[in-house]
Amino acid sequence: MSDQNDRAPEGKDLVAPLMSRRQAVKWGALGTVGLAAAGTACVQRGGPLAAGDTLKGGLAPGHGSHHDMMAVGELRRDSFDPTAFLTRFDYGRESTLPSGQTLREYDMEATEFELEVVPGVFFPAWGYNGQVPGPTIRCTEGDRLRVHFTNSGTHPHTIHFHGFHPANMDGAFEVVAPGRSYTYEFDAAPFGLHLYHCHTVPLKRHIHKGLYGAFIIDPKEGRPPARELVMVMNAFDTNFDGENEIYAVNSVAFHYQKHPIELRLGEPVRAYVVNLTEFDPINSFHLHGNFYRLYRTGTNLTHHEFTDNVMLCQGERAILEFTYDHEGPFLFHAHQSEFAELGWTGMFVVRGPAVG
Amino acid sequence: MADAAGVSRPDRTRTWLAALLPLVALLVFLLLFLRFGPAGVFTGSFPPVEELTITRVTLPDRGVLRVHAVNGGPAPVTVAQVLVDDASWVHTVDGSRTIGRLESREITIPYPWVEGEPVVVRLVTSTGLTFDKEVAVAVRTPAPDARYLTTFALLGLYAGVVPVFIGLLWFPFLRNLSQRWIEFFLSLTAGLLLFLGVDALAEAVELSALVPTAFQGLGLVLLGLVGTPLVLAAVGRRRRGGGSASPVYVAMLVALAIGLHNLGEGLAIGAAYASGEIALGSFLVIGFLLHNTTEGLAILAPLTKSRVTLGLLAVLGLLAGVPTIIGAWIGGFTYSPGWTALFFAIGAGAIVQVLVELARLFPGDEKGSIAAPLNVTGFLAGMLIMYLTGLLVTA
Repeated sequence: MSDQNDRAPEGKDLVAPLMSRRQAVKWGALGTVGLAAAGTACVQRGGPLAAGDTLKGGLAPGHGSHHDMMAVGELRRDSFDPTAFLTRFDYGRESTLPSGQTLREYDMEATEFELEVVPGVFFPAWGYNGQVPGPTIRCTEGDRLRVHFTNSGTHPHTIHFHGFHPANMDGAFEVVAPGRSYTYEFDAAPFGLHLYHCHTVPLKRHIHKGLYGAFIIDPKEGRPPARELVMVMNAFDTNFDGENEIYAVNSVAFHYQKHPIELRLGEPVRAYVVNLTEFDPINSFHLHGNFYRLYRTGTNLTHHEFTDNVMLCQGERAILEFTYDHEGPFLFHAHQSEFAELGWTGMFVVRGPAVG
Repeated sequence: MADAAGVSRPDRTRTWLAALLPLVALLVFLLLFLRFGPAGVFTGSFPPVEELTITRVTLPDRGVLRVHAVNGGPAPVTVAQVLVDDASWVHTVDGSRTIGRLESREITIPYPWVEGEPVVVRLVTSTGLTFDKEVAVAVRTPAPDARYLTTFALLGLYAGVVPVFIGLLWFPFLRNLSQRWIEFFLSLTAGLLLFLGVDALAEAVELSALVPTAFQGLGLVLLGLVGTPLVLAAVGRRRRGGGSASPVYVAMLVALAIGLHNLGEGLAIGAAYASGEIALGSFLVIGFLLHNTTEGLAILAPLTKSRVTLGLLAVLGLLAGVPTIIGAWIGGFTYSPGWTALFFAIGAGAIVQVLVELARLFPGDEKGSIAAPLNVTGFLAGMLIMYLTGLLVTA
């Protein structure tokens, strides 16, 4: 590593000699939002970094004092918007059953469409309701869920919800042919962070193409108020060779690095992180400048661990709670460098507390 | 032909019309096919098959990679992203990201490559297909300055020119041989050349696989392989007006064929050197040196009974050796698999013609036939020499 950095272009890159490869990810990110100059100053002086006054301006790619590990270009305007997806929860159509139980009804449709997974690269996706990941289904423990599923694709599909339900509501065996519908009905349990996905064979293809989403069952007593974010870790094998070319959170490589998520100083944050990466057995979530309380599967109200890095197997998920006490840009990314460098990298920008 | 000269003007117009009519009919048919034909069945529902060939990756400076890509496929290809060593990298394209058929682009990537280590460049197209190229050993690509021109010239001199001249020192020895042994050495020459020819052809075919499909690498090889002996034969017939070839002419031909082969060899040396691979061993140069010394012998074999001046020997040596230098220059600075395949094929084709001419130098009677035991031994020995010295080249 040091060998590589010793040979970095002289006089061109002030930060390079100080950087490890992982740090390159960080400074690459900073440069993208125009923080490169400040970043350099920070490294040189070791001083604090204020986000507010450094987000203006910016340096042209290739001229900043950072490495240029990044996708180029911008998404098309009509593309899936990962920023909007972060905070969008689908509570369904709410009504009350004669028994007093809350009924939530959802419409889910499997369709085929082109998904822009990184600017300019279009993946032939299958997804629920025209998006990957599908809508984040949210309800409260004990609610009756009724999911009207229509298969508008050209292949058979199902929805397999993780959680408690009768055998015929499992989505494993009652395959829904193209043009057909099926209604899943069950009571939401146990509380926690779950997932749903198509359970039609071949599984690898049906899941990897995008038929999945997050499924949140809130505990009856609720969780403390917080800024809530949904983060589904996924990846795309764009050339179908059994290995992923693109890694992301919420489908678009480097999206939250190009469009950082803004947080407030002292604000409680809760991230619902689900691993739906196909072809790689594990993925991970590493947070910079902070630690989080880790609730595995979210089924317990006391946290399991206080950490800055969690490893999740395919289908595993965790709720992460944290609060930033420092302003400025903070990266989050897979701690597998390869995943990070192929797109699974994002950034929080922490600003001062809201006025008034 | 004589009749045609006497044909009057109106008739000539008719001839022209008769020639054009099928062309017009073809054009009309083509338009009808494109408009109403069944080809539409195959298009539309599938994305077009994309094809992009990375012909070369150069490392013009520290921290910079430059990718040369050619679209040899049927449809335009849009390069959306670039991955280097499994990481996304910013880059610039000299022109539109969409590369039309037979168009090429240069993509420049600011990448901190590590000297001596491999780099893999991967282009990701808009449909998610990927096209890769590995630089086996990263070294800064030489710019065509005086220092590198000299280096390549010396390399060509060591590997090509000097060995050929050393081979020519066998002349006094060959001069004193009996007819029997002269034929032995002619056979030896034929064996050497056949081996070189097959070697060149194999190289050409191998390289043709790297040529963008639209440029039909194998077609280039065929053109070189068949075209060269035909052209040489036609030239030779003109020169001697139908009689048998003079020994000097055959020697010239041998030198030319070897020269063409060495041009290809030079291209390979230059390209390998430029991409850092040859830097791993000067052993390669030693191999070529021994290998090419025998080529001098091959040039001399037809001349044993002729009057030979030092000037002629010099010309023959230069003809055979200098192309190595030229090849090294071309290969070092503008290496392209297509040109290299073509040069190798031309070399192989020239050797075909040389073998034909050599065969004519044998008297053809019972004692002097190619199949005489001594001549067969010579032929096999020639191939064996090439095989053994070739072992040194394939480092």
